[in-house]
Amino acid sequence: MKIRTIGRHARESLKSISRNGWMTFASVSAVTVTLILVGVFFVIMMNLNRVAETIEEDVQIRVHIDVAASKDDQQSLKTQLEKIPEVKSVTYSPKKEELDNLVKSLGEEGKAFKLFEQDNPLNDVFIVKTKKPTDTMKVADKVTKYNYVAKVKYGQGKVEKLFKFIKASRNVGIVFIIGLFFTAIFLISNTIKITIIARRREIKIMRLVGATNTFIRWPFFLEGLWLGILGSILPIILISIAYYRAYDYIGPRLEGTFVKILPFDPFIYQVSGILILMGALIGVWGSVMSVRKFLKV
Amino acid sequence: MIELQEVYKKYPNGVTAINGIDVKINQGEFVYVVGPSGAGKSTFIKMMYREEVPSSGTITMNGVNLAKLKMKKVPLFRRNLGVVFQDFKLLPSKTVYENVAFALEVIEAQPKFIKKRVMEVLDLVNLKHKARMLPTELSGGEQQRVSIARSIVNSPKVVIADEPTGNLDPETSWEIMNIFEEINTRGTTIVMATHNREIVNTIKHRVIAIEAGKIARDEQRGDYGYEN
Repeated sequence: MKIRTIGRHARESLKSISRNGWMTFASVSAVTVTLILVGVFFVIMMNLNRVAETIEEDVQIRVHIDVAASKDDQQSLKTQLEKIPEVKSVTYSPKKEELDNLVKSLGEEGKAFKLFEQDNPLNDVFIVKTKKPTDTMKVADKVTKYNYVAKVKYGQGKVEKLFKFIKASRNVGIVFIIGLFFTAIFLISNTIKITIIARRREIKIMRLVGATNTFIRWPFFLEGLWLGILGSILPIILISIAYYRAYDYIGPRLEGTFVKILPFDPFIYQVSGILILMGALIGVWGSVMSVRKFLKV
Repeated sequence: MIELQEVYKKYPNGVTAINGIDVKINQGEFVYVVGPSGAGKSTFIKMMYREEVPSSGTITMNGVNLAKLKMKKVPLFRRNLGVVFQDFKLLPSKTVYENVAFALEVIEAQPKFIKKRVMEVLDLVNLKHKARMLPTELSGGEQQRVSIARSIVNSPKVVIADEPTGNLDPETSWEIMNIFEEINTRGTTIVMATHNREIVNTIKHRVIAIEAGKIARDEQRGDYGYEN
């Protein structure tokens, strides 16, 4: 195709948008409404996911080292741990530190444990973090069998439940997003279909003067693209403002807790990009599918 | 040249519209296709611009067998053919100029050439001064002139017209006929289905009468032959 022709198609598609005023309005509104829904849901999902990630990242394996282990034995155990492919980091925490932490975590009552400072009954510990939180159980099982390992703790039982719960809620979220996406496509392509049915005469005439299908399709393709992009503008603005406000309001209130919401920058730019892309995709898909029906003249 | 050999057309609902037609139309001829309603005239015309495909037989136009023409090649074939309809079939959202230019844009002609050629044909149909108007702002006769301008802008060898004066008053119909005459004298073949008795009997040309899907009559400088 000649560049001149592409220019012609672009002009044609823009003209058609302004000439079919109400139809354009209907299509753009449909895109707008659905993208607002998709956008809001997506923002919530991503933040819940972030929270889940923070919780998952908190999961660690505490490898209690046998008191009989010498410094060299400890070192070789550390090397062994680091060699496990799923392991991200191994941190050494001497028993003194362990006791301090315990005392601190119990507050007032913890002071009673200070007595043990002379004769610390705790073990030295390696704190192991895995690359993927879900590998925790697997790694823990492996480590239990190593020499000089007294105990392996990672919140047995609780962690499994937590991971199950997070996995389930993620799946539900994905199903929701996919469902919403297809509803959006259905809604929008239907609206676009109506606008195109109104123009099937036009398509027939194009065929009669010898326009190829590709030639006819292009302006519609571009029109769908513009409609989708136009329709994504309002959702982007609304969601950006709403998120900015929400972040301002919620952010400080979550200070000090383990829960954090995603920062405005770059999250909202990513969301905007996704919404534009979705709008464009849905618009193009809707119009191309609808035109196809009328090209068999 | 157009040639139909042993052409039959049976629709899926069982109706046989064309029941064995053999006919030859030479380059530069002006042919009226007449006949009562439901006789197969419309199907005959539609097969000429490959809107309908014959059930059997061959239709050769400008060396192309329309019966075997692949869907993909149809647009290319139509570019060498002008078609004029009773209901004009103009694009309502495009101006007169754009409607005519469209047939040239489709073949990706040079913009300069499009401008020159469109103005030329608009001049021929006497509508140069209304180039910027929309079809809805024109009278029926003017709209038909636009559609004729569009049909000849590609300089086709053949123009097919399906009752081009069907929606027009008598005076306007004569105007339209004059344009067709003009086009024909420049060497373009014209095949025109019509119900207009007066025109056929006044501007004498070859008449092909179709009845019950067959050629009932084929006369050089013939008459309309029906009471209307």
